[in-house]
Amino acid sequence: MNFSQRVSVAADRPVDALVRFEDVKKSYDGINFVVKDLNLNVRRGEFLTMLGPSGSGKTTTLMMLGGFERPTLGHILLDGKPVERLPPEKRNIGFVFQNYALFPHMTVAENVAFPLRYRGITGVAAKDKVREALGRVSLEALGDRRPAQLSGGQQQRVALARALVFEPSLVLMDEPLGALDKQLRERMQIEIKQLQTSLGITMVYVTHDQSEALTMSDRIAVFHDGRIQQLADPETLYNEPSNRFVASFIGENNTLPCTLLGREGGMAVVRMGDGSKFKAAADISGTGGDMSVSVRPENIGLAGQDGRPDFNRFGGKVRDVFFLGDHMRLSVEAFGGEFVTARIPARRLRPFAPGDDVALECNVAECRLLEA
Amino acid sequence: MSAVDIDRINVFMAVRKAERPARRAAFSLALPLIAFLVVAFVAPILYLLVTAFGNPETREVLPRTLVALENWDGTSTPEEPVYAALAADLKIAKDNSTAALLGKRLNYEISGMRSRVLSAARMADKLETGPYKEKFIGLHQDWASPDVWSVIKRNGASFTPYYLLTALDLQQAPDGSLERTAGDQAIFLDVLGRTLFVAGLVTLFTLLLGYPVAYVLTIAPKAVAGIMMLMVLLPLWTSLLVRTTAWVVLLQSDGIINDLLMALHLTSEKIQLIFTRIGTVTAMTHIQLPFTILPIYSVMRSIPTTQLRAARSLGAGPSSAFWRVYAPQTLPGVVAGCLMTFILSLGYYITPALVGGPRDQMVSNFISVYINRDLNWGLAAGLGVVLLGVTLAIYLLFLRLVGADKIKLG
Repeated sequence: MNFSQRVSVAADRPVDALVRFEDVKKSYDGINFVVKDLNLNVRRGEFLTMLGPSGSGKTTTLMMLGGFERPTLGHILLDGKPVERLPPEKRNIGFVFQNYALFPHMTVAENVAFPLRYRGITGVAAKDKVREALGRVSLEALGDRRPAQLSGGQQQRVALARALVFEPSLVLMDEPLGALDKQLRERMQIEIKQLQTSLGITMVYVTHDQSEALTMSDRIAVFHDGRIQQLADPETLYNEPSNRFVASFIGENNTLPCTLLGREGGMAVVRMGDGSKFKAAADISGTGGDMSVSVRPENIGLAGQDGRPDFNRFGGKVRDVFFLGDHMRLSVEAFGGEFVTARIPARRLRPFAPGDDVALECNVAECRLLEA
Repeated sequence: MSAVDIDRINVFMAVRKAERPARRAAFSLALPLIAFLVVAFVAPILYLLVTAFGNPETREVLPRTLVALENWDGTSTPEEPVYAALAADLKIAKDNSTAALLGKRLNYEISGMRSRVLSAARMADKLETGPYKEKFIGLHQDWASPDVWSVIKRNGASFTPYYLLTALDLQQAPDGSLERTAGDQAIFLDVLGRTLFVAGLVTLFTLLLGYPVAYVLTIAPKAVAGIMMLMVLLPLWTSLLVRTTAWVVLLQSDGIINDLLMALHLTSEKIQLIFTRIGTVTAMTHIQLPFTILPIYSVMRSIPTTQLRAARSLGAGPSSAFWRVYAPQTLPGVVAGCLMTFILSLGYYITPALVGGPRDQMVSNFISVYINRDLNWGLAAGLGVVLLGVTLAIYLLFLRLVGADKIKLG
């Protein structure tokens, strides 16, 4: 069961929380709010990702936590103490920026040693810490280089080492892998996650890349329009999206308009656009009106000869067929004008051509009723 | 040569041939500018160098005398043949009216020589027969002096270091050794030092005033930054002469600044602002400000805002973050801006002439005086060469100190 309303302060016991956002609002012009009513607890030791399209308020939230923006209203508590008036240098939070923000006029070792001098660590002690931090990201040998002499991935590691060297309890990351190519990005995702787990630090990570969020996170907060749409672990988020935005933002989803007719054995019964009846899993209350059914392309299959009781069955006309190696994508026109995408294992697929009639089915448990 | 090598050469030639039209097109596009630079920049500099070292007067006016002097021992009074040759040369000089040129040239090195050459030419014109020696010495004692004759002999060379040495307050003794110019004649090192000092002062002030402005321009909202940029650029679009004249109006004894100071009771009597070094430096600083600001601004704009944020997140306070992370990264712009202002300030001419005092005139003013009033183009060119040399030396020094990649003029 997964309601968007479940995202409440009560869901997390306050003692677990390293960071608490309490009714935080942020506006730059006094009219439009970039962040509206944010309530969020970050648990000690967790990897929390703020995921959302640009302009959804996730980066502003991160900047407020880092101390670079001040909330217009509300409070941010770090370790139980309000910090919204504390400047960044007093918060002891590690921050990894989008373009690394390494200091080009310093060597790698000087970059990593930078935060130490403000904590009274100098000389041999500082050297040891720098060596240890660079060792953690396998860059011991490059301490004398300048950032410009390093590859993008190496710069990323230096930024990480610099944010970790002073052992902050919280590390924030603002789309740190955005500038890397796909392969390197995937390797760094795993490395960052391993580092976070082994050091036991709390990380708050901002990205607009959903696969990155799914790979790395303990929990994901999906941002849209200045609000958290859903806060959940990756599996729940993917399988049980709580609203249409989350359903379409995470992975691919068919969202089909329907009307709620009633309930039957814990399932909602709805009427689709062409008048046919569907059953769908439903968390939401409500008894009528315009709703939608969401179903993922991989959960739609070709219908067998006989109808199965737990399956919704529908027919349509094939509009496009794409061969994608391990699977085929069918674009099917059904329900009187809706386009439905189905992802079907390639070997099982009879040769289809645009214009063919096709019968499809989907498990009722994988059809989810959402508010329109 | 193997067949493979020949193949490789053929390919190379084919590539070059294929690219030839593109190369020609690129060159022909640049051709007008190259031609213009040759005419307007390279040629004048070459002419300047030739003028600074050229020494045609004595060779052209006294060819026979110079031949006759070849066997002279250099320490005693020359013998009769030299004077006979001098008489013959001066006779022709009188006819061609070139004696004055020679007189002027020799006068630079021995004062009084101008009138002596002219009267000797007049006398030579009337002389029919020798002996000439007594007659020249009778006309003026200098014609017997070995020092005068060594100067004449030395100036028989096509090129002379005289102008350059003079511009550096040095002179050649009759025996050829270098010596300092006597006190009242030695003005040029003083002028050069003053030029460097004023240029340095102007550079320092433009940096102190311009650096914060460049920073504010970088962080200001777009609309505000646009207006500020206009204010920085506006003086640049106004004629130098107009701006300098405006400072004359402001700085004069009955000008706005004095009135203001009196009204505020900061001073009880009028302060001499115009025709002083304060006036020169103030006006020059104002005129040079955009040249310092723009390179600094362009470098500051290229520094991401996350640099300061990163420093803050790592524990640096606002001022520590600025000085340890931001300021070092602006260095290329600071060096470029200062270099530009310093080098341009070295060549200032109108502004010191209009608002500076008599003791604030810079090298360029002297160059102008020698060209326009004294018609001593050689010395003007000599001073020009010194200025060019100092400018190049400073540029190279900066290059060595900070590295070519650290100077961003664009």
